Amino acid sequence: MLQSGIRSLVIFVVFSFATLVLGLITSWVDRKVTARVQARKGPPWFQPVADVVKLLGKETLVPEGSGRAVFLYAPLFGLAGMALAASILGYVLVRPEIGFVGDIVVLIYLLVVPAVTLILGASASGNPIAIVGASREMKQMLAYELPYLIVIATVIYRSGLDLRLGSIIQAQTAGGWHLWSLSGIIGFVVLILSAQAKLGLVPFDIPEADQELMGGIITEYSGPPLAMIKLQKTMLLAVLPLFITVLLMGGISSSGAGIIWGILKYVVIVVLIVLIRNTNPRVRIDQAVKFFWGPMTVLALAGLVFAFMGW
Amino acid sequence: MSLTLWGLKKSPWVYHVALSPCNNCDIEILDVLTPRFDVERFGVKLVGSPRHADALLVSGSVNRHVLPRFVELYKQTAKPCVVFGIGSCALTMTMFRDSYNMVGPLDKVVKEIDPNAIVFYIPGCPPKPEAIILGVVKALNSL
Repeated sequence: MLQSGIRSLVIFVVFSFATLVLGLITSWVDRKVTARVQARKGPPWFQPVADVVKLLGKETLVPEGSGRAVFLYAPLFGLAGMALAASILGYVLVRPEIGFVGDIVVLIYLLVVPAVTLILGASASGNPIAIVGASREMKQMLAYELPYLIVIATVIYRSGLDLRLGSIIQAQTAGGWHLWSLSGIIGFVVLILSAQAKLGLVPFDIPEADQELMGGIITEYSGPPLAMIKLQKTMLLAVLPLFITVLLMGGISSSGAGIIWGILKYVVIVVLIVLIRNTNPRVRIDQAVKFFWGPMTVLALAGLVFAFMGW
Repeated sequence: MSLTLWGLKKSPWVYHVALSPCNNCDIEILDVLTPRFDVERFGVKLVGSPRHADALLVSGSVNRHVLPRFVELYKQTAKPCVVFGIGSCALTMTMFRDSYNMVGPLDKVVKEIDPNAIVFYIPGCPPKPEAIILGVVKALNSL
């Protein structure tokens, strides 16, 4: 009992730390590619680390009239949820045969935790701008979760209705990627756009909206809590592309050439997300909700129907 | 060199404070933040809230009207932070120096709020974007 407890703890620490490192590298790639798109040189490689180190060394300010405990603990819970999601996904990637029935459902719930804690923290801060940001985040979350969950349902159906992440990977190892089918391509488009909204990147960075809301949901945070929010966003930037590779591209196999192939898949998805971010203007919140509940949901449902028809 | 100081020097997030300037310095500051000058090379990023800021870029001379706002804003900035006075107004108050309305040069005002504050000046009317970048980098290296 004790032994398996220690083993789980080691797995948790190793995988959440590895995801953190991967996320920091990815966020540097994001900023560097953005800089190249804008014909700039871009930041040095240690920039994301320097940002986090600096934030950890700064003072924490708690606004007057805020719900102190919720305000300060929300980022911590967000980071904890993110780390747990990272370790579940990471462990399944390394050993697809391990896992429990329903781990994909747990993962879906854990990936919602950062957004929910951000909403809680922003609402507790008592700042009107942060509350506008929180209300936008809430609407946006309701919007993108619908098509995103329909696509996941499609993938589960195509993998033989088995609610394990491992069996999704194994089904694709045996029968080819889900991506190479009509429903798979539709799912990929919907997943990439939902990931954009989940990450809060530019066409859908409505809750943060630097130019109109001055940081929105994170306006009141400073110092270590802000560092935790940055870290959870960084980890999400690593976890979501990995999740998309698992769902549609057969995961990342840990044997020999499989790793290089896996890194290639990951980089392609990240660069795609960064390019979408750099070539689109921000939409309004009503446009975002209409977009996700209209065309995206119809597309995702069409994908589900195609999957039933075996396409 | 401590880790905190390293972080502060490598990733100064700036907040733009306009204390009733004539707008020349503000335009030059905005020029600095364009892709042409690429200050992200030094980790500089514009933030929208003083709570995220490490450096306050102050333009204009401090007068009685803006003083309470500036004091409030400085107190809301998470410490440690650095204050940059951009342009000659912040330093010498130029042609307004004998006016009844002036409270004094920026460093005097800031030191009254916080005796340990770090204040740098980048003079010029307005300083060129290149001068602002050079000033900021030199100042951060001298910390």
